Amino acid sequence: MKIVGLSGSIVGSKTRTAMNYLSKEISEKYPEVEFNLIDLADYNIQFSDGRNYLEYEGDTGFVTKQIMEADAIIIGTPIFQASIPATLKNIFDLLPEKSFRDKIVSIIVTAGSPKHYLIVEQQLKPILSYMKAQVVQSYVFIEEKDFYRKEIINDDIIFRFQRLVEDTVVLTETYMNIRKAKEEEYDF
Amino acid sequence: MGMEKYRIDQSQGLEFGLYSLGDHLSNPHTGERISAQQRLKELVESAKLADQAGIDFFSVGESHQEYFTTQAHSVVLSAIAQATEKIKIGSSSTILSTSDPVRVFEDFATIDLISNGRAEIIAGRASRIGLFELLGYDVRDYEELFEEKFELLLQINENEVVNWSGDFRAPLRNAKVLPRPKEGSMPIWRAVGGTPTSAVKAGFQGVPMALAMLGGPVSHFKTSIDTYRQALTQVGYNPTDFPVATTGFFYTAETTQQALREYYPHINEGMKRTNGRGFAKQLFAQGADKRSVMLVGSPQEIIEKILYQHEQFGHQRYMAQLEFGGVPFDKIMKNIEIIGTEIIPAIRKYTAKK
Repeated sequence: MKIVGLSGSIVGSKTRTAMNYLSKEISEKYPEVEFNLIDLADYNIQFSDGRNYLEYEGDTGFVTKQIMEADAIIIGTPIFQASIPATLKNIFDLLPEKSFRDKIVSIIVTAGSPKHYLIVEQQLKPILSYMKAQVVQSYVFIEEKDFYRKEIINDDIIFRFQRLVEDTVVLTETYMNIRKAKEEEYDF
Repeated sequence: MGMEKYRIDQSQGLEFGLYSLGDHLSNPHTGERISAQQRLKELVESAKLADQAGIDFFSVGESHQEYFTTQAHSVVLSAIAQATEKIKIGSSSTILSTSDPVRVFEDFATIDLISNGRAEIIAGRASRIGLFELLGYDVRDYEELFEEKFELLLQINENEVVNWSGDFRAPLRNAKVLPRPKEGSMPIWRAVGGTPTSAVKAGFQGVPMALAMLGGPVSHFKTSIDTYRQALTQVGYNPTDFPVATTGFFYTAETTQQALREYYPHINEGMKRTNGRGFAKQLFAQGADKRSVMLVGSPQEIIEKILYQHEQFGHQRYMAQLEFGGVPFDKIMKNIEIIGTEIIPAIRKYTAKK
């Protein structure tokens, strides 16, 4: 099972801090999972110009191919101007339609204010649905006050991470099995 | 006027053609990939067999990227012109956006003379855009590059002396573009993808349309064809003067089940390599239904589906993509044999206009 963690911003530290917790949780609980964390801050990604994702070179080609080869994707995003950052939207724009068909996608959000709690519902989930993702419905919403110097100090968030990772792995496994059984039925 | 200009004789019934993108992929059943040289030889050999089997048309497309081998598609077509006798030959498609229409015309007019009046051009805009960078074009001009060059190509085809100026090529002043095709001009088609928007463009330009159909319901593609004919009428053309060709995946074996089983891995792996996504089994399974455009099945099922599509589309040519994704040569030979002995006689019988 291949899972990609996608840290969707190139500025700030909170989303990356949250993704570090996530990485640790996955590698401890599920060492058999092939997990790769892609922090967009570490890559130089060009804007989508409409070509097929296979035709991008360098960092852009690397990141799009990693995502397309994953069985599950865990997206970490901050909220900028009451929406997802342009860097994350660009990743979606680089990929083909229906890219997330047969993939599980889960979400971690970091936000400056609780007033942003519906951004995921209203802006991120519709994109993921359009791209045919199987979305893990519960996400982890982390506020400013849950962080202290690049650490998470709210235990509830830690428990939520544990549940998110478990749900993602269980759902991915289940979905892979359902697909396998269904494909075998076709007899071709 | 009728369709003579496009060398279509409807009294013979629906034309059957084969087309290749010139892909160079391994056979997923064995994991082996033949050499590029072998692949080219087999393409020419397939065209010869198709000619002998009474198939009407054979075409080769250009793609400039890994896993393809007919980048110089007009050169391949020239070899096919020499190796064959009666079959019409063409491109599927020529990416006009990144070529000079004068050179394209010179190449194809030459093939027309070598083949004794059998050459055609199907011009398209490219579904993969890597070639823009390779050949020094800006993909931001994707649309205009094609429209301008296509208009110029049509002018060259219609007029022996051309005066022209545009944005993407040096102007032509009393330019004679030679050689001329055997009959002075040759059929030039516009390649159209799935959306009715491009079908409208073909209609407004008054050119025949070759419609790509990878998968989906017949009714979906009927909309594009209806739209095309409406567009022709709207600008004063008569749709009965313009042929329509459709293209799609094709594979036949003794039973439909066997055809699906043999062909699916080629489509799935081939699409993965060239488009980055496999072909979902669910969609492929639906392809066996009569209402789907895909022609994968027993000869009898394929005959019934072609006739159903002909009833819906009223098209003049069907072009089969039989050898995508490393289909081995013995299967290609077998398919061509069945097309020639079983499928073509049946569809001609029912579609010939008396």
